[in-house]
Amino acid sequence: MAEFLFAAAAIVLVLTGLALVRMLWGPSPADRMMAAQLLGTGGGAIAILVAIASGMTAVLDIALTLALLAAFAAVALTLGEPGSKRRGGGE
Amino acid sequence: MSLLLDLFTIVAVSSGLFFFLAGTVGFLRFPDTLTRLHALTKADNLGLGLIVLGLLPRCPDLVSALKLVAIWALVQLGGATASQLIAEFARRGGGR
Amino acid sequence: MSLVVDLFMVLLILTSAVWTVLARDRRDAVIAFIVLGLQLSLVWMRLMAVDVALTEAAVGGGATGLVLLRACARLQPVEAEGRLPGLRAQIAAGLLCAGVGVALAAVILAPAAPAPSLAPAVAAHMDEVGLKNPVTVVLLAYRALDTLLEKVVLVLGLIGVWALAPDLFWGGRPASLRAASPSGTLTFLARVLPPVGVLIGVYLVWNGADHPGGTFQGGTVLAAMWLLVMMAGLGELPETRALRLRRLVAVGPALFIAVGLAGFWMADGFLSYPPEYAKPIIVAVEVALALSIAVILGLMVAGPAAKEPER
Repeated sequence: MAEFLFAAAAIVLVLTGLALVRMLWGPSPADRMMAAQLLGTGGGAIAILVAIASGMTAVLDIALTLALLAAFAAVALTLGEPGSKRRGGGE
Repeated sequence: MSLLLDLFTIVAVSSGLFFFLAGTVGFLRFPDTLTRLHALTKADNLGLGLIVLGLLPRCPDLVSALKLVAIWALVQLGGATASQLIAEFARRGGGR
Repeated sequence: MSLVVDLFMVLLILTSAVWTVLARDRRDAVIAFIVLGLQLSLVWMRLMAVDVALTEAAVGGGATGLVLLRACARLQPVEAEGRLPGLRAQIAAGLLCAGVGVALAAVILAPAAPAPSLAPAVAAHMDEVGLKNPVTVVLLAYRALDTLLEKVVLVLGLIGVWALAPDLFWGGRPASLRAASPSGTLTFLARVLPPVGVLIGVYLVWNGADHPGGTFQGGTVLAAMWLLVMMAGLGELPETRALRLRRLVAVGPALFIAVGLAGFWMADGFLSYPPEYAKPIIVAVEVALALSIAVILGLMVAGPAAKEPER
């Protein structure tokens, strides 16, 4: 069973890794921030899979911290306003 | 019994992975920011939710199980608010 | 199989790191840096360094992103004036960074054949301290002096940040963290999340004695919650001259130093603990340090005073 869970964690890593393409392509800061958001969720999923598979329950605390601060970067992004000239949101 | 439990975990975690896949594909392929945001939330809600569901019966103790549920609930709260904030940000033009 | 996964992780990290450097827009670079932090946390997890992974998740997710995005917003007018460093300065900075990078890589890739390790020695004497988390034992018992200096550096860092304030503003409030137009969503989050976050922060500090976690992780989470309340405009930052605030900044390092000095007559010397009280002393120091770290990090993000102190 542990192998299956580790494999699942690897798959989540690959999927969230692919989302990195959005971070590079953008085009808007909102898109890039979404990539960070997805990676945070994916990181949480990876952590809980690894925690249960390996029996190291301390790893759950990493997921807990990631989950708690999930919205933090997005909040920080919206603070950067009021923006003057910036490339923007909906393309 | 343990076979049934294994089957449950495999089905739930695999479904979770499917939603992560759907989320990533949508996130990469959808044409504009708001639809991409829509794709993203699938991974947040269902992807992680189903993985948590599949792992719950395998928790070594009650505290771990509670933590799993708390993680899911926090990601729900954080994901929902972050999506709102990012959407507002994008609609205002991301500071365009 | 696991090698493939590891290589993929390396690829991801290099991508984010290179993009952080190359991104044209400063804000894009910061977002890439936030992503890099998340990935590093996963790498530390892969390396079984749960304590470090927790720190990276807390600091990377809760503090650095906010500091840097704030800096971006503040630099916007400067950027508009086109006052960017010249090409020569950029090349010089690039070469310097590359040099540091190569030197670090050389040190790490060419270690002494069996890398020197004190891990077995620590493991052998764990019982004497009474804690179960080896990282905390090293940080607060065997290398307590390093940890103490690290906290003192934090205080000095805060003084450095405060010193950037013009004389006129000394002791006043820092520039408001409040979002330009705090939406209902943000207010909601800032009302619901902090109680949970404070609980998790306290849990991380308390847990640090026996399991991965500890003062820095817990303190950072507490600071993040405080900042969230400020960003939503539900609270105002205190004046930097407020006595209560300054006491909170000092309490952790001060208690640590007091305990260290007490070691001269209670035990063998500076920063040594009497064995029978080692655990309660360490936990007390950890609690005080966590409070100080939370306040210091929050104030560092808030920045120097930007208003005249009120009469």
